[in-house]
Amino acid sequence: MNLFLQQLINGLNVGSIYALIAIGYTMVYGIIKLINFAHGEIMMFGAYFAFIAATSFHLPVWAVLLSSMVIMAIIGVAIEFIAYRPLRNAPRLSALITAIGVSLFLQNLALIIFKPDPKVMPKIFPETIYKLGEIEISSTTLITIGLSLFFMVLLDLYIRKTKQGRAMRAVSEDKDAAILMGINVNRTISLTFAVGSALGALGGVLYSVAYIQVYPTMGVMPGLKAFIAAVLGGIGIIPGAMLGGFIIGMVETMTKAYLSTTWADAIVFAILIIVLLFKPTGILGKNTREKV
Amino acid sequence: MKKRVVSVLLVVMFTASIFAFAGCSTSGGSADVVKLGFIGPMTGDAAIYGSSAEEGAQLAVAEINAAGGIDGKNIELVAYDSKADQTEAINAYNRLRDQDGVVAVIGGTLSGETLAMKDIMVQDNMPVLSPTATAVEVTQDAPNVFRACFLDDYQGQAAANFAATTLGAKTAALLIGTGNPYSEGVSEAFKMAFTAKGGTIAGSESYGTADKDFSAQLTKIKEMNPDVVFVPDYVQTVGPILQKAKEMGITAKFVGADGWDGVQEEYADAAQGNYFTNHYAADSPSETVQNFITAYKAEYDKVPNSFAALGYDAVYTMVEAITAAGSTESADIITALKATDHAGVTGTLKFDEEGNPKDKEVTIIKIDGGQLKYDSTVVNK
Repeated sequence: MNLFLQQLINGLNVGSIYALIAIGYTMVYGIIKLINFAHGEIMMFGAYFAFIAATSFHLPVWAVLLSSMVIMAIIGVAIEFIAYRPLRNAPRLSALITAIGVSLFLQNLALIIFKPDPKVMPKIFPETIYKLGEIEISSTTLITIGLSLFFMVLLDLYIRKTKQGRAMRAVSEDKDAAILMGINVNRTISLTFAVGSALGALGGVLYSVAYIQVYPTMGVMPGLKAFIAAVLGGIGIIPGAMLGGFIIGMVETMTKAYLSTTWADAIVFAILIIVLLFKPTGILGKNTREKV
Repeated sequence: MKKRVVSVLLVVMFTASIFAFAGCSTSGGSADVVKLGFIGPMTGDAAIYGSSAEEGAQLAVAEINAAGGIDGKNIELVAYDSKADQTEAINAYNRLRDQDGVVAVIGGTLSGETLAMKDIMVQDNMPVLSPTATAVEVTQDAPNVFRACFLDDYQGQAAANFAATTLGAKTAALLIGTGNPYSEGVSEAFKMAFTAKGGTIAGSESYGTADKDFSAQLTKIKEMNPDVVFVPDYVQTVGPILQKAKEMGITAKFVGADGWDGVQEEYADAAQGNYFTNHYAADSPSETVQNFITAYKAEYDKVPNSFAALGYDAVYTMVEAITAAGSTESADIITALKATDHAGVTGTLKFDEEGNPKDKEVTIIKIDGGQLKYDSTVVNK
């Protein structure tokens, strides 16, 4: 039982990171119907900026997180402006291929700037182990889960209570009607990229602190898994991305713990296929009939 | 039309002149120089292995020449970059044989490139001594191919003997990288030797090549509560595993293999107090080792790694064989190599029927305060 609870915490830990990254996928998809495959690379660059902030500038923890999130928010907006905005009215396939191109470009850029060998992320969080009966939780795990939940709640409030949040929901529901209502669509889309990229960067920093390495291809696997999480929860639906992230993290950890490590990735990807086959709209998605 | 004829003529002339010069370099001065070939990756991802081995080899050549060479003849080491590519390695070998006219080859450095060249080398009956290729097949069915390093299963046994005897471990858990022949091979040998010594394998966990999250596996290992955990893999994987294990408060000793070399640089805290098997220890009290390290530091301004030490030993062993043979004929050198008994930096080198090191010492290293400390020596019997 203790072993099971311990694995449950492991699953929550990795799941909360997937959830943060999945939010970025789902927000962007919700607003411009684009699967932003460069999101994993945003996460990777976020981790690199945190690494630089912590090792070269010795900033305190909050400043490391904040600077990485702010820089990545700006880069996210810039990517949208340069690569996706000119294709706003092009077929969706063109934008998707561009996203893959941006992803490869960023990965190779990191390879040139930072070199392929992994850098060791310094321990930016205080290190202690808390005991709850027989169960042990490290402070890094607690902070990871706590920070993720905090930002998810914050995001939820932002989307539901603020004017910009309402604008986002409006554009996501019907772009043309939103324009007629006087909403600045371009600014709203930029804002979405900024928020999504900042959360992706946070996910990257937490991932690199938990698994202590930063390297140019680190965004690929977590990015793919977060994408599956977004699809599983219902792509375009923010609470769905959070739920999907936790489910994927849990499935992965439990497979490793009780079935086989070699099957863990296979099972996670099988979930994607099953969801697409039987409920393409995801767990929280509603079946909407296409108007003919 | 005329222009084209002229340009073709020019190309022919250039090509001819290249061959003419190449011919010069082969015949010119080969009478008083004995040429040895070296093949290894010096650029690309695996560059560290090839260039370290070459540095060790060049150092040995310089020392031997300073001491009079082979019967007054100087040795020249002709080194080519294999780029860790099998075709490049074969091209390099052909060049060494045809253009440079080497009498013996030190190489290849990696298992893959050595296996690629092996068939041609066997056909040529070229005396070959690989400093560092660990794959079993390298020396199989190849009476002219030898190697200076011990094999993966040999160090797995040594690690098991060390864990059972020196550490007094009764139970061991294994953490194996599936799809990594090195990790799987060493683990298998460890498992057999540890059980043979009366120990129990509490369980074995595995991870995939791209895995970065080891918490599920380590949680299970913690539950098993073994005396030692055996993790034979390379630094980039071992570092995060040790870090996570420390975070989780696992108190068992971790033991690894030569892939751990370098773990003290970036993962000193996490690796503190753990052990691994290696080819040599930089702080060994042996005079041979200390002389080598002093000379290497003077030449390259850094502490030599195992690849450098093995490259150094390989050249000495080969030169000893050529001197003993009293000739540069392949057959004579090979016969002399079979009778090798060389006390080198990485231990005593003798060959078995297959051309692998026999009863070679395995050095146990302890990571202590960010340093690699010599702990003990194990010989498998």
